[in-house]
Amino acid sequence: MSNELLRVTDLRTYFAAGPDPAKAVDGVTFSLNEGETLGIVGESGSGKSVTAMSIMRLIPNPPGKIVSGEIIFSGKNLLQLSEAAMRRIRGNEISMIFQDPMTALNPSFTIGNQIAEVIELHQKMTSKEAGKVAVEMLKMVGIPEAEERAKQYPHQFSGGMRQRAMIAMALSCKPKLLIADEPTTALDVTVQAQILNLMKKLQKELNTSIIMITHDLGVVAETCDYVAVMYAGRCVEYSDTVTLFDNPLHPYTWGLLASQPNLDSKEKQKLKTIKGNPPDLRNLPLGCNFAERCPHAQHICFEKEPQLSEIENNHLTACHFSKEWLSSRGEVS
Amino acid sequence: MGPVILEIENLKKYFPVNKGIIFSKNVGMVKAVDGVSLSVFKGETFGLVGESGCGKSTTGRLILQLLKPTGGSIIFDGQDLTKLSREEMRQKRMEIQMIFQDPFASLNPRRTVREIVAEPLVIHNIGTSQERYKKVTELLEIVGLTSAHAERYPHEFSGGQRQRIGIARALALQPKLIVCDEPVSALDVSIQAQIINLLEELQQEFSLTFLFISHDLSVVKHICDRVAVMYLGRIVELAKYADLFDNPIHPYTKALLGSIPIRNPRLKKEREVLEGDVPSPLNPPSGCHFHTRCKYAQGICKTDSPVLKDYGNGHLAACHLY
Ligand SMILES: Nc1ncnc2c1ncn2[C@@H]1O[C@H](COP(=O)(O)OP(=O)(O)OP(=O)(O)O)[C@@H](O)[C@H]1O
Ligand SMILES: Nc1ncnc2c1ncn2[C@@H]1O[C@H](COP(=O)(O)OP(=O)(O)OP(=O)(O)O)[C@@H](O)[C@H]1O
Ligand code: SF4
Ligand SMILES: [Mg+2]
Ligand SMILES: [Mg+2]
Repeated sequence: MSNELLRVTDLRTYFAAGPDPAKAVDGVTFSLNEGETLGIVGESGSGKSVTAMSIMRLIPNPPGKIVSGEIIFSGKNLLQLSEAAMRRIRGNEISMIFQDPMTALNPSFTIGNQIAEVIELHQKMTSKEAGKVAVEMLKMVGIPEAEERAKQYPHQFSGGMRQRAMIAMALSCKPKLLIADEPTTALDVTVQAQILNLMKKLQKELNTSIIMITHDLGVVAETCDYVAVMYAGRCVEYSDTVTLFDNPLHPYTWGLLASQPNLDSKEKQKLKTIKGNPPDLRNLPLGCNFAERCPHAQHICFEKEPQLSEIENNHLTACHFSKEWLSSRGEVS
Repeated sequence: MGPVILEIENLKKYFPVNKGIIFSKNVGMVKAVDGVSLSVFKGETFGLVGESGCGKSTTGRLILQLLKPTGGSIIFDGQDLTKLSREEMRQKRMEIQMIFQDPFASLNPRRTVREIVAEPLVIHNIGTSQERYKKVTELLEIVGLTSAHAERYPHEFSGGQRQRIGIARALALQPKLIVCDEPVSALDVSIQAQIINLLEELQQEFSLTFLFISHDLSVVKHICDRVAVMYLGRIVELAKYADLFDNPIHPYTKALLGSIPIRNPRLKKEREVLEGDVPSPLNPPSGCHFHTRCKYAQGICKTDSPVLKDYGNGHLAACHLY
């Protein structure tokens, strides 16, 4: 049986600007075992990156604040650690591939130096050795002529190359938990395949756990054991990956799965969308956050907030009607 | 098909690579774009795909004259952009807009969304401030934001929301051609679908032309009329979307189509990864740039550079095999 590495319970991270805070993450709960991969998918703006940044304790304060919850990592509550203790964990036991490579890369240092610095810091090597390892890492993520490229600055790299440089940096400290926020978004499919295989290899060797934030459902299908679907700061569905694709039980998940362009279709059809916009996080509705856009919403959905609960074995959803969806499986959606 | 609106001839962009800090000396050139020719018809969506670093964004930025080409011409609406004066280019700039790959870097963090979207209108002196106010509100609604978002700053938005702001700004001047550099890569699929539908509607309504740079092949197949595949600064294949996806000719295109992740967790398998290292544009392989990774490479592939040949129906490919 695998051991639990991370448990996030009722995490709430708000951004205060003005009287009403934006409830970016508003009660997120999930757990992750050693050596497993959890996918986080969901609407853009639903709090995926903020969840990741909260685990890293990198929420800018002000305006952001983790207002409640627990993040238990290897038995320690990260939210109670001192900043110094947290710094030792960050980039050592937990490392993160940021959605925006420019936040992680310093424009005034060469790519090679930046990776070497991380290695030097965490693996107690001389700077010369670290420089060599940095070049090795760049090769591993598919940067050609890595020796030359290591001497270049971030602006001299293409978008995808920057992302790969950051992946090299995150992998070089051999973390127990790797949080990858859209790691392959800027990459073409051939490089993506290469990077994902590299991450899987690292996972096998070191029993690393991975949180994979992505909107590419192909990547989810290929890499994740479990998936959490987020909507407006909440986790609305959680299950193993096969179940999520075969038997999703939340109307938002249905909409998400139906929106993807179909590669096999011969005719060009208009893409299906979920009508409307997500709610204002400063002024969330009383009931279900999805009610206004949900084609199945009933009276109760506007009045009462559905709680995340287990509908079948290890399959959780937050919808008043999930039980009904379960019994009429295949007829709705 | 409409008339040609954009014609690129033998376009080149070489970036010098320097070594040493004090006595910096040139040690080579990154041939980011190395002889690209293509024409885009009015009202179509022309896709540009290819490996990361193959020169797609550089091509886009050359068209906008954000970079000076090393060689070649860019004829837009009958005029060679590479020969325009600054003032003439300033006028033309209204007709060509770009939506950027990186929604983080492309928005000024110290400006409100309203100021960002209004900026092109202000620069080009369009409308009174009241008219601009109305226009911005309208644009925000078009891209699925509300006026409630207008007074906030970019850092308050998620990646996807920022990309919508960038699209609103690009639409402000009602351009003829929009270079979309990975416009939906940062968006989740449901919003991606909204934006794609939106781009398609806008295209119909204003007979817009799109140069659509993307690595998401399912999106490209959905939205593009014709597609060019680039590899290391050169076009290796160009065809109507259906021909490209159903009958790819170039081995690189075949590899690309073969590495699309499958959205079915039951078929969980390692994807076939292209053999060999990605070669460097600093020192590209001789002959066919792809020969170092090509399953079918023969002697001639190492020595001679294949040219684009027409295989009928406007389907071009550069490969010695066929
Ligand atoms: N520094 C900040 N100040 C104020 N609000 C913020 C800040 N950072 C994030 N937010 C808000 O938190 C919400 C969640 O953002 P987050 O970046 O987590 O979304 P996401 O799910 O990662 O979306 P995407 O898929 O677009 O990356 C957004 O509505 C955003 O506006
Ligand atoms: N300002 C610059 N200075 C030096 N080299 C550059 C510069 N801009 C781009 N390059 C190089 O030119 C090549 C092509 O870059 P470009 O950004 O056009 O790639 P791309 O096809 O858009 O890739 P991606 O899919 O990763 O965005 C890369 O090797 C890159 O390192
Ligand atoms: S609770 Fe109601 S509104 Fe929310 S998803 Fe379920 S049916 Fe739709
Ligand atoms: Mg994000
Ligand atoms: Mg690019």
